[in-house]
Amino acid sequence: MAPRIGVVVFPGTNCEHDVVLATERLGGRGELLWHGDTGLGAVDAVVLPGGFAHGDYLRPGALARFSPIMDAVIRFAREGGPVVGICNGFQVLTEAGLLPGALQKNGRLRFLCQPTRLRVTSTASVLTGLAELGEELVIPINHFSGSYTCDAETLRALQDGDRILLRYTDNPNGSVDDIAGIANEAGNVVGLMPHPERASDALLGSEDGLVLLRSLLGAATARAAA
Amino acid sequence: MRFFARVEVQLRPGIADPEGATIERALPALGFDGVDHVRAGRSFRFEVDAADESAARTKATELADRLLANPVIEESRLELELLGG
Repeated sequence: MAPRIGVVVFPGTNCEHDVVLATERLGGRGELLWHGDTGLGAVDAVVLPGGFAHGDYLRPGALARFSPIMDAVIRFAREGGPVVGICNGFQVLTEAGLLPGALQKNGRLRFLCQPTRLRVTSTASVLTGLAELGEELVIPINHFSGSYTCDAETLRALQDGDRILLRYTDNPNGSVDDIAGIANEAGNVVGLMPHPERASDALLGSEDGLVLLRSLLGAATARAAA
Repeated sequence: MRFFARVEVQLRPGIADPEGATIERALPALGFDGVDHVRAGRSFRFEVDAADESAARTKATELADRLLANPVIEESRLELELLGG
């Protein structure tokens, strides 16, 4: 049976249909989940997509983490369920404490909307499991607050734990250690600033996001079978 | 008792502040010389009902730490004032 990917919609989210479309092209089933719901239904993975949840008021992700559905997302993550936050979703995951660190305003205070070249630096996660170590992927970013920052101790833990999944080859936003995406210790919770769903068709200029989305569908399928 | 609270949120020392840096770079062009160490922050104002000042402080501090500031990169400072009446 096709793995079911729950895609959370907050007021202001705007990438949910892109994620659903990309998921369905790969044979998965995408289901939109409203932020005001308290359960996830029977999904096998959760994606927090990009956008401007709650208008990014206060800070990106600061209000979204208090949305009713987040308790269920946190429970799902603690049980080992695959959870991926893309862009604004990454910001929500750090605010919710599911991932360490924070996303700061970009280094030169610029909104960045451009393709970026990424290097896969760890395959120990639900999003990079099928990628090859060292592989380069061209995937676009689209953000104002995407400069990953954390204290030195957290950075060491990320490095030593093989938890830095993707690094920019030409750091556009000032992220520490060129970080574009990280995972939690277990590898089932992932946050990344680039948008794999926007690199899921040759018409969009790149299909390099597919290997990441396929990895997620694989993890979801494994969970469904377990 | 009712208190007026003002919370100031700033980036922690050592965390890059691109907003403050941009403001600082603009100053000489506007004719402001001799101004540096610009840091951008935010200020929040609200009123709190509490039994006493210590309870109001606890409530406002928790609110600041859980919502208004992201403790990973920001710190907050609270000022309280007893409202008359």
